Amino acid sequence: MKNLKRVDIIFGAYTQEKYKVLGETLKKSSDQIISEVTDSGLKGRGGAGFPTGLKWKYTANEADPIKYVVCNADEGEPGTFKDREILTRVPRKVFSGMAICAKAIGAKKGYLYLRGEYVYMLPDLMAELELFHKCVKENNLDFEIKISMGSGAYICGEESALFESIEGKRGEPRNKPPYPTVSGLFGKPTVINNVETFVNTLMIMRLGADEFKTLGTSDSRGSKLFSVSGDTPVAGIFELELGMSLEDFVEDFGDGDTKAVQVGGASGFCVPRKKFKDTIIGFEGVPTGGSMMLFNSSRSMYNVLKNYVEFFEEESCGQCTPCRVGCQQLKLGIEAVKKGEKSATYLDTLQKLADTMKVSAKCGLGQSVANSFSSIVDNFKEEMIY
Amino acid sequence: MANTVNLNIDGIDVSVEAGKTVLDAAKELNIHIPTLCYHEDLCVAGNCRVCVVEQEGAKNLVASCAMPAQEGMVIHTNTHKVRNARKHIVELLLSEHNADCTKCYKNKSCELQDLASDMIISENMFLDLVPEKNYTIDNFSPSIIKDDSKCIRCQRCVRTCHDLQHVSALGVAYKGDKMKISTFFENSMFDVVCTNCGQCVIRCPTGALIEKNYIEQVWDAIHDPNVHVVVQTAPATRIALGEEFGMEAGNIVTGKLAASLRRLGFDSVLDTDFSADLTIMEEGTELLTRLKKALVDKDASVKLPMFTSCSPGWVKYIEHMYPDYLDNLSTCKSPQQMFGALVKTYYAEKKKLDPAKIVSVSIMPCTAKKFEAARPEMRGSGYQDVDLGITTRELAVMIKQAGIDFNSLPDEKFDSLMGQSTGAAVIFGATGGVMEAALRTAYELVTGREVPFENLNITAVRGMEGVREASVKIENVLPAWSFLEGVELKTAIAHGLKNAHQIMDAIKAGTANYHFVEVMGCPGGCIGGGGQPIPTTPEIRQKRADAIYREDEGMEIRKSHENPEITQIYKEFLGEPLGHKSHELLHTHYVKRKRV
Repeated sequence: MKNLKRVDIIFGAYTQEKYKVLGETLKKSSDQIISEVTDSGLKGRGGAGFPTGLKWKYTANEADPIKYVVCNADEGEPGTFKDREILTRVPRKVFSGMAICAKAIGAKKGYLYLRGEYVYMLPDLMAELELFHKCVKENNLDFEIKISMGSGAYICGEESALFESIEGKRGEPRNKPPYPTVSGLFGKPTVINNVETFVNTLMIMRLGADEFKTLGTSDSRGSKLFSVSGDTPVAGIFELELGMSLEDFVEDFGDGDTKAVQVGGASGFCVPRKKFKDTIIGFEGVPTGGSMMLFNSSRSMYNVLKNYVEFFEEESCGQCTPCRVGCQQLKLGIEAVKKGEKSATYLDTLQKLADTMKVSAKCGLGQSVANSFSSIVDNFKEEMIY
Repeated sequence: MANTVNLNIDGIDVSVEAGKTVLDAAKELNIHIPTLCYHEDLCVAGNCRVCVVEQEGAKNLVASCAMPAQEGMVIHTNTHKVRNARKHIVELLLSEHNADCTKCYKNKSCELQDLASDMIISENMFLDLVPEKNYTIDNFSPSIIKDDSKCIRCQRCVRTCHDLQHVSALGVAYKGDKMKISTFFENSMFDVVCTNCGQCVIRCPTGALIEKNYIEQVWDAIHDPNVHVVVQTAPATRIALGEEFGMEAGNIVTGKLAASLRRLGFDSVLDTDFSADLTIMEEGTELLTRLKKALVDKDASVKLPMFTSCSPGWVKYIEHMYPDYLDNLSTCKSPQQMFGALVKTYYAEKKKLDPAKIVSVSIMPCTAKKFEAARPEMRGSGYQDVDLGITTRELAVMIKQAGIDFNSLPDEKFDSLMGQSTGAAVIFGATGGVMEAALRTAYELVTGREVPFENLNITAVRGMEGVREASVKIENVLPAWSFLEGVELKTAIAHGLKNAHQIMDAIKAGTANYHFVEVMGCPGGCIGGGGQPIPTTPEIRQKRADAIYREDEGMEIRKSHENPEITQIYKEFLGEPLGHKSHELLHTHYVKRKRV
């Protein structure tokens, strides 16, 4: 790689002795942990980027004696496969992060919500959990993690739908407020973080906030795992410093003919070649949960978009009008324009619809359909029509 | 004022109680925000998104029905962004909706149609999705038709069936574009746990859930010169029918009801209240008999508490959910069915009519009565006892079809022979009413004295509390009832099947100990029945209940056993309560059903 620096924190060996960092961290007070995480500037790695320290603090401040820690391992965003790798290679770092959170907020119970397709990991995870539970017991922490299996619905990656699913109900997003920090799993204050976020908190405990902050930018601290796929000679998982320019990324990962990069999966943004230079990958620019899909000039962006809207049409939970019906209209709408059944100006109507979905859908899924839709239609309009 | 929050809506300051929503706050200012999935009786869903408003400082619009009012909030309900979004949302709903409005049973009483009309949506901005969908209509149930092509997925029915009724016959199936409201394994409503209560029907904003109407069949009977058409009208219809003609809830229209039925052409206009009085005679005697067997004979096979059996929604619920308790149900048929059985026997005999040529019609506040009338057990007369059960709403349609100006009708009386009734009968229409009527008669039968409540109003059993308990100490009894001396008769009342579930679970767990339990399947009792005028709200139900008790107070006779027609029928036809003929015609048995 010419431009970007590879980092090796997430998977890097940090100690010979298993659960050593966790043991040391558990000696700290709740306040110490929370202020360390807050100082690090860590933001959620699932894509939305909520400050982790703040989330923990809000939950810690709730008076309810029952609280939960939930790890969102329902990795379903198209083009994202980093959590699978984390859970395969370093599950104990995930559990340790959850335990640190439990200590910080005062939770006795945690759930790992695992994507249905990852069921094959279960035996290994259960074996690791046994060691983990032994370790927390030795460290006098009353905390137990259960694994709850997903059943294949993308929407269950949305935090409140995920809670519903764990509770045994149909996975549908809830109204917010109340937010999970106040009323989450089983109506109790809950911290829900992405797999990678929990690992990061453990790393912050080991490295200290100051060292963590040496990587990244002021808005996007630290490094992040990227799932690189598409037209690239080096598809795979890479840990990179946040805040890179997309141009540098494409130079390192592209095949020399990259015309667009879809940053953040189906719910993310499509950046065309002419904007590579001005695009920062991070919370100040285009955020991503890790998915980086590269497309070269052999690809039809119409097909790419159609694939995304078909995905959303199927994966919408169906409860709210803008998302359920909007996705169907977007899909049939671009098909109608392509076939010439609707004039090119119908794309403007669809853009307005996408805007409505963005502001009126009940949850992040419906609100983010417009991201890929608008960015692809805006930048590749001619491909939508001809 | 720690418990209030101050916010500003459309430039006007407003203070509301903490916990209220933005929608509630807007209502206080008389600012109308359109809604579809919102319903006063139900938990908030926030899924139709029609009620979105703009909140200053928020990135996105917020659903006002689901957004708690917060201190300092600044809300705009009528911005360009809001209007565009709402219009888009209604257009999206219409694109999925079979909008053949003139052919819809709910034409002109559809909330989606109202919204489309308010927004002046005259052409489709988006593609018509209906041809893409394989919508189906389920019309196998004798009570309810479910037409998926009209459904807007607001889930009011699902919340009603689950939260209010604890039945969960309706649920959400599939996701995305295929998401639909469905039943267990997509079976017909006829083949699932549906109790036919119709609470979903009165909350469906469109024509997706409607009663199966028998309007044309009733007209055919009326116009057939070879048949004699008898009509009976349930207690709760007379305090609600006026709403269909623009009257406020709580108007008593008994006289106009009788007049309208006569003008529609029914040959005999009779009153279910008569058989409600009869039910009290039979059920009261059954209760006393059970008590005697249990207390004196120590007969372990006698089941207590005894449950009322007037509400067919409740009967089907217990058949599905608590089949082990069927022996606790009173064997009495409901007033509708007692009436039906007598029309084709006693009435036919007295009027010298061929029962084969009688069509027996009932006007009910209920959709489950249609199912009940069709039950194979309900042929005690040798014929189907009640041929056609129609709802208060269907009757209103017929009155309009006939060109009758309901509001200017004179007050008329019911015809005689099974047309006379008492105040005890009319209160059958409200939760607690059967209990009160039974107590008025049973207490007097046992003690020879009137119930010890002022003006016969047993207020302890009235009200809208979901589960109520009351006990009556029985003292100084007549010699024949000496075994009841000093007994404290424990009763309970539940309305709405969720509350019935609560009572049943308590009984099952052994934590509740009653002698007699009244259950009505619908919230508020029959006044809130699934066949009543739409809409239904707690306030409307309260007004209807108040009217029922006013009607009772205005009656000359207020105790079932004092109804002269009741005395007459026992003397001339039935013999005595629980006698041989009663068993044949007025009592029934129940069926164990599966819980799917």
